[in-house]
Amino acid sequence: MRIPIETFRLDNGLFVTLSEDHTAPIVAVNLWYHVGSANEKPGRTGFAHLFEHMLFQGSEHVGSNEHFELIQRAGGTLNGSTWLERTNYYETVPSNQLGIALWLEADRMGALLPAMTQEKLDNQRDVVKNERRWSVDNQPYGTWFERLSALAFPEAHPFHHSLIGSMEDLSAASLDDIKQFFRAFYTPDNAVLSIAGDFDSLDVRQRVEGYFGRIPRGEGKPLLTGMELPPTFGRSTRLVVKDEVALPRLFLAFRSPVFGSDDYYPASICSAILGMRRGSRLHRSLVRERQIAADASAFTFDLAKGGDVLVADVTARPETTAEMLEEQVGREIDAFMSTGPSQQEVDRAIALIETDMVTAMQSASERADRLSMFATFFGDPEILNDQSEKYHAVTVDSVARFAVAHLGPDNRATLLFVPMNAKNTGNAPNGTTESPAVAA
Amino acid sequence: MNGLRIIIAPVQKLPVVTVLAVIEAGASNDPHGLEGLAYLTAEALREGTAGHTGLEILEGFEKLGSSLESGADWDSTVVSMTLLKDQLRSGYALFAEVLTSPSFPEHEVERLKAERLAERLQILAEPRGLADESFSKFLYSEDSRYSEPMNGNNESISRITCQSAADFFGSRCTPDATTLIIVGDIGFHEGVELIVAALGSWQGKKLVGAMETVQETRPVRAMEVVSKADAAQAELRLGHKGVARSHPDYFKLVVMNAVLGGLFSSRINLNLREKHGYTYGASSYYDWRRQPGPFVIATAVQNEVVADALRETLAEIDGMRTVAISADELSLATSYLEGVFPIRYETTSAIASALANLVIFDLPDTFYDDYRENIRNVSTADVLTAARAYVRPEELRVVVVGDPAVVKVPLENLGFSSVLVQPPYRSVNDNG
Repeated sequence: MRIPIETFRLDNGLFVTLSEDHTAPIVAVNLWYHVGSANEKPGRTGFAHLFEHMLFQGSEHVGSNEHFELIQRAGGTLNGSTWLERTNYYETVPSNQLGIALWLEADRMGALLPAMTQEKLDNQRDVVKNERRWSVDNQPYGTWFERLSALAFPEAHPFHHSLIGSMEDLSAASLDDIKQFFRAFYTPDNAVLSIAGDFDSLDVRQRVEGYFGRIPRGEGKPLLTGMELPPTFGRSTRLVVKDEVALPRLFLAFRSPVFGSDDYYPASICSAILGMRRGSRLHRSLVRERQIAADASAFTFDLAKGGDVLVADVTARPETTAEMLEEQVGREIDAFMSTGPSQQEVDRAIALIETDMVTAMQSASERADRLSMFATFFGDPEILNDQSEKYHAVTVDSVARFAVAHLGPDNRATLLFVPMNAKNTGNAPNGTTESPAVAA
Repeated sequence: MNGLRIIIAPVQKLPVVTVLAVIEAGASNDPHGLEGLAYLTAEALREGTAGHTGLEILEGFEKLGSSLESGADWDSTVVSMTLLKDQLRSGYALFAEVLTSPSFPEHEVERLKAERLAERLQILAEPRGLADESFSKFLYSEDSRYSEPMNGNNESISRITCQSAADFFGSRCTPDATTLIIVGDIGFHEGVELIVAALGSWQGKKLVGAMETVQETRPVRAMEVVSKADAAQAELRLGHKGVARSHPDYFKLVVMNAVLGGLFSSRINLNLREKHGYTYGASSYYDWRRQPGPFVIATAVQNEVVADALRETLAEIDGMRTVAISADELSLATSYLEGVFPIRYETTSAIASALANLVIFDLPDTFYDDYRENIRNVSTADVLTAARAYVRPEELRVVVVGDPAVVKVPLENLGFSSVLVQPPYRSVNDNG
């Protein structure tokens, strides 16, 4: 299956991808800025994400929160998100409302700064600190992502530090930081605009030119330095975290080839064999057969620069200690390294990924987001249409080679969460559980 | 015929098909003492048939690039799969086999029980899940099924056997209690033919006269603090009994709720988040069920400001009941709800779920055809009347999961007559 894709570039450098689909009267607008937490300067962790919040605080022509209101009033959905190497903003609207979505995105790209005030920054700083409390500090295992990133990337590496940021660094963010960041990164030549769904190509080209064409090109952004990494960690690292959690949980990370590279696809298939759905190796062996785990999965971060990370994520059953969990997951990985996958395992993984890719294309928003992704990282959204072929080209041998090269002890980072009150050795005896029934 | 109902919705967009069976048997039908049986039965469905083991079924679906999903909510059991068109016939054969001849092997049921018990520990250690469950428990009376978690509690899960699962399925999950829905790249006749070929001879009669129990609440304003001394935030839930999904004022309530706390630009979110910075988000919702589910306002704030956040929320509730909303607020809510209508139904699985809702809630076949007009017809006066009739400050039940040392006194100063403090929940490893 291939989806239709057109591209063009404005004089100011904005790269635009279009994919027409007239099966429903809706259209998705999706803007990727090629900036993420990796681009933060020292002492400003969390800034890229705080900045994303500020983009909803109005512009020279739009009031605070009016962006949300105008899109919802138009019958649309919207949001934004921040990742290590990009920030995206997106709306899906009824097709007759395409204009307002495009205008709002162009408006904040062109005229954000006049609306930025200390009061708005302080408010959104509080909101983001509460987001951190909600999603990280007050959640069991909530620190896993920032801890694993810190383990998997060396200290000076742009992917090492926290994406959501520390409370101290969030407190330190200033209006001046906002201005600098906006001027450096929120420029048309550092962005990709994708539009998918029910629109007329000629009409949309004129509108994009009209709304975005007048925004000046940027003056160049600070280059990301120190991204290059060796293909493996070169050693094993381990962090044990005693925390307010109910069950031990292990995150085992391996450095793997960057997203989109030829070697990425065997790595991606490998992660699906190990931990995609209930028929995967880890789930089948640890959850279904030996019943020492309550859940098991594996996935890749899909980082396009420096080095990617493949993660196995396994939660223990109540009677399984952290030590047992770590040992048994290690054995499964060792066994996979020595035998490699079967043809059936590779076929299963390809079939599941294929279905996911096709079903995702039902959504205009997903379609636009993936176009933006391939255009941002590789300059070519057509790569979206090559994904199926690339996955189908993965062989048993290529996955086995990946496993031998990347799953060994010299390339493992272990993050182990242990319940605060767990004893150091032995099993928690079954049947002695205090009943946590809720009292009326 | 065996009473099986069929809905086919051809969607010629991509080579994708969703098959979904919705069965009139949910957690509300769990026998007393066996709470969680509907859910566990639904999960156990895919773990073995007369002809195949659970592992063979699992491998069978995943080989086709699909997964069989099965679960139960309060009012129904849903079994579904989404797959590429060229795998439909193979997948459907297995799907029909699971529906017609599940075997509920003991070792698989026991494994699933152990997984649910592990999940219980995780939920009680997680402030959001703990707050939701504590709220249901505090709102509904002890003999109401809604007071217990949908998937059961430790004691009830432990009591479930493979026989109770088989009995539940045999007596409730019968063809005359089932609607089979196919959405996607398939023609109407092709769909009917496929269904009848494999399910036409499926036999069974549902229990006759199975009554729906009435879900009683405790309609008295009261507050409970669930102690979590280490909490980085306090999770706040407040609300009371809502109305049944079939209520004639459904559309008025949907619009009223959108303005109060349903939208990002709702009164509660703009106040607590954008004005005060107390929270990452605050919202309100009706948990729609056949029987009246809860009407809930939910947020998470720092322990230090939980009383302030609650005071602001109570003021917003009063505001909705005192003066009619502005025409601007109304049009924001109605134009949003009208506009997102097609956006909500982009995928075959979303359409299948929407069609299942017609069945579960006995909605008219024209429900989706008339949806936008019904939303458009709601007036500011309707919203005021609905707020006055269905939002009842005197019945609010409030649950806070947070640090009692910080939250208790300020909360008491808000005028709640009693603030009960529940002890912290103990995890499995606290036994030594």
